[in-house]
Amino acid sequence: MEELLEILSDLHPEVDFTTATDLVDGGILDSFDIVSLISEINEEFDVTIGASELTPENFNSAEAIYALIKEKLDDED
Amino acid sequence: MLFTSYEFLGFLLVVFIMYYLLPGRAQWSFLLLASYAFYFMADPRYLIFIAITTASTFLAARAISDKKASFDAWFKEHKKEMEKDERKAAKAKAHSLEKKIFLCCLLFNLGILAVTKYTNFTISNINSVLGAFGKEGTLSFVNLIIPMGISFYTFQSMGYLIDVYNGKVEAQRNPFKFALFVSFFPQLVQGPISRYSDLSQTLFEEHRFNWQTVSFGLERILWGYFKKVVIADRILTSVQTIIADPDTYNGWYAFAGAMFYALELYADFTGGIDITIGVAETMGIKVTENFIRPYFSKNIKEYWNRWHITMGTWFTDYIFYPISASQFMMKLSKKSRARLGNNLGKRVPVYLSSFIVWFTTGIWHGASWNFIVWGLGNFVVIMISQELEPFYRWFHSKVNVAGTFGWRLFQVIRTVLIMSSLRMFDCYRDVPLTFKMFGSIFTKASLSQLNVQSFINMGLTVADYTVVFIAMLILVIVSLIQRSGSVRGKIATLAAPVRFVIWYGLLIGTIVFGAYGIGYSASQFIYNQF
Amino acid sequence: MQKKLKVVVAVIVTLAIVITTLFLATKLLEPKYMSGILEGAMIQEYYDDPTDHNVVFIGDCELYENITPVYLWEKYGINSYVRGSAQQLIWQSYYLAEETIEREHPDVIVFNVLSMKYNEPQKEAYNRMTLDGMKWSHSKVDSIKASMTDEESFIDYVFPLLRYHGRWSDLNSDDFKYMFKRDKVSFNGYYVRVDVKPAEDVPGGNPMVDYQFGDNAYHYLDKLTKLCKDNGVELVLVKAPTLYPYWYDEWEEQIVDYANKNDLTYINFLELQDEIGIDWNTDTYDGGLHLNLAGAEKLSKYFGKILVEDFKVPDRRSDKKLQSYWKGVNERYHQEIARQRSNLEKYGSVHEPEENQ
Repeated sequence: MEELLEILSDLHPEVDFTTATDLVDGGILDSFDIVSLISEINEEFDVTIGASELTPENFNSAEAIYALIKEKLDDED
Repeated sequence: MLFTSYEFLGFLLVVFIMYYLLPGRAQWSFLLLASYAFYFMADPRYLIFIAITTASTFLAARAISDKKASFDAWFKEHKKEMEKDERKAAKAKAHSLEKKIFLCCLLFNLGILAVTKYTNFTISNINSVLGAFGKEGTLSFVNLIIPMGISFYTFQSMGYLIDVYNGKVEAQRNPFKFALFVSFFPQLVQGPISRYSDLSQTLFEEHRFNWQTVSFGLERILWGYFKKVVIADRILTSVQTIIADPDTYNGWYAFAGAMFYALELYADFTGGIDITIGVAETMGIKVTENFIRPYFSKNIKEYWNRWHITMGTWFTDYIFYPISASQFMMKLSKKSRARLGNNLGKRVPVYLSSFIVWFTTGIWHGASWNFIVWGLGNFVVIMISQELEPFYRWFHSKVNVAGTFGWRLFQVIRTVLIMSSLRMFDCYRDVPLTFKMFGSIFTKASLSQLNVQSFINMGLTVADYTVVFIAMLILVIVSLIQRSGSVRGKIATLAAPVRFVIWYGLLIGTIVFGAYGIGYSASQFIYNQF
Repeated sequence: MQKKLKVVVAVIVTLAIVITTLFLATKLLEPKYMSGILEGAMIQEYYDDPTDHNVVFIGDCELYENITPVYLWEKYGINSYVRGSAQQLIWQSYYLAEETIEREHPDVIVFNVLSMKYNEPQKEAYNRMTLDGMKWSHSKVDSIKASMTDEESFIDYVFPLLRYHGRWSDLNSDDFKYMFKRDKVSFNGYYVRVDVKPAEDVPGGNPMVDYQFGDNAYHYLDKLTKLCKDNGVELVLVKAPTLYPYWYDEWEEQIVDYANKNDLTYINFLELQDEIGIDWNTDTYDGGLHLNLAGAEKLSKYFGKILVEDFKVPDRRSDKKLQSYWKGVNERYHQEIARQRSNLEKYGSVHEPEENQ
């Protein structure tokens, strides 16, 4: 979670990602951010997030993103 | 059958009455019939194309869905018996067949789109390349029909196919229901490009006559016609005059032309979508919004989230994301980071994907270099604004203007000016001429051009300009009110006589001040061509 | 109950307002033809007048500018009317004849054959001038259907507002003054002009590829013939004596043929110019296209004699009612003639200066 928050605040230093829950619907993360994000995540956690998983629901909060990553990590095992 | 023809209004009336006279179970089947009749009246040959796309997509999606379901069932049963590697292999094996079906169907349908729309464009490019080697006009153009709305219904079907493939929606089991989804007549000609998960919610339901929904739909239709015939079709004359004679109309005129075109395109396109959404609404069907006051956008990125939204999200979800999230891009990302450093390297995949998206967006709009350059122009502007972000952050930390009215206004005007400049590619014959005319705004603009008479010579009278101006004011006011919620909803809370005056005033205003009928050239909706 | 009543009242009031305003808007925006192009107002005027004419002339400008019913009345006691309009096409003439026969059953219908040269709908503007003035009837509906050009829609005739809405920017005082009434512009369908422009160098006819009148034109001529025969109305075909548009010998042959075959009277006044006594230096106001008052009276004198002698059209000058009606027309007629003459002296044109644009 720590690493993820770090990646996120690199993208948007002005946002408090621990509380925000409308990152996509609220227009904070646009498609560019999401794409940068998944490539960062790929780098950091070594999980691949597919295009079909790039939905607002999966990216609206740091928690949701983290859940997605965790699911992927678990799936790998 | 143009939206602005009496035939269309008559067709609507018949469909509307029949729709509510029929028992609810028959409503969607009737809509399918009406949609095919609508298409048939445009040109019977079109039916073959839409039927092929419908059938192939329906079958492919159902096959994929079946494969998924049977595999899931089998997998659930045998999961425990297998080792991890075996499980993976089984998944991959099942998946590969789905993928084959999916790709076949996708390429087949995009192939039809490409052949009908781009064959002649390709031929003309081959010819000019050959021409450069001294062989003139080697290949002759072929005479292909371009089915009405093919770009829209192909994209809509492919969106569905991709969603089914990704397991996001269940495949539709009823071929006729699916056929209706593809051919639903109000949106057949110019979109919006609906998602199956959205449109299917209300499309096949039974709808009883509900005065509230029907009146809201009718109001929306009227508002659409107001925009289309009072504003777009009236200012059209000046736009056409300006772009038809670039030698005379340069400098300020080219600028005025770009501005007039911005107004015309907005009124035309959003008006058409209003009619589409309104027609669907009168029948209780909800079609996705396609515009959210785009000219109020702060920047180009935001503009593209608010203009032709269904197309934008289609390109994002089905082209931008798949490309940028692909294995290739992930690898490229790693490589470029290693070579170019973290900061620069991470941009490479995003920008490359974005480039591809804007190239396709351009060519989707039309088979010509104008549209391609237009698309890439958007790409360049977005990249620049992306790169300027740190600068703006620095600027705002020094100068405290963010959020002030003046700054907002500056942003809005900036967006409109940039978008209008790019749209000049839409207007002029070819790319070099567009650049020349854009340049002339800076080099040839002289105050002597700004006189009333020369604008009247474009074919509109002072009275015409006045009508356009007043109508535009109404448009702006309505947009401003809309920021805090549905305008129709607000009007609905007013006293009955006031409501009557507003809507009846709009109707009379549209009838009297609309540029339609004999003496006005019947014009297509601009977006019909795409 | 109370609530229901309220709703009903509201609906009725709303409908009333909607219908009234649309009606007023239509009345305001439709063209009035009270100055400038007077021809547009002529078809409508017919309905105001007494309807037992013995002779009705139906056709284009070759009738309504060349035959003067006032003269026919004064000289022969012929009670007649010209149902003419600009570029009236043969199917329009046919349906006007159909309507006329239903309304009043005249003894003689005179049709001018120049319009045989048009086989298809021509110009929307002329269509409107002929059709808008007609009262609604099956004849009008059929006439509209036969006349529409590709760009026209039937609904534009039902709701003229849809056609004329664009006139909001051309509205002038006439449009308000004549919202509900019209002045008379013709004298039983005759359009009077007193000025003179001699016919000089009238161009001959350019050779044509095909002189055969079209099937559609013949179809309506057949229908007209049959209509008159079935109703016991004498149909007389005429060709006005005016020099232009050019009347080809090949056309003449076809009409002579047709008249012979169908046992109709056909009079070509072109060939009778000298007998009629037309002087192209004094009897036309536009160089030979149309006759002026002097010319029209000469032609009327000649034609009236034929009508009386050959067709036994009665002299009805002893009819008191008609006498008083024609007295009124005659007064207006002479006022208009006087007005045109004085304008001609003052301004060199029959029109008032502001009309002359």
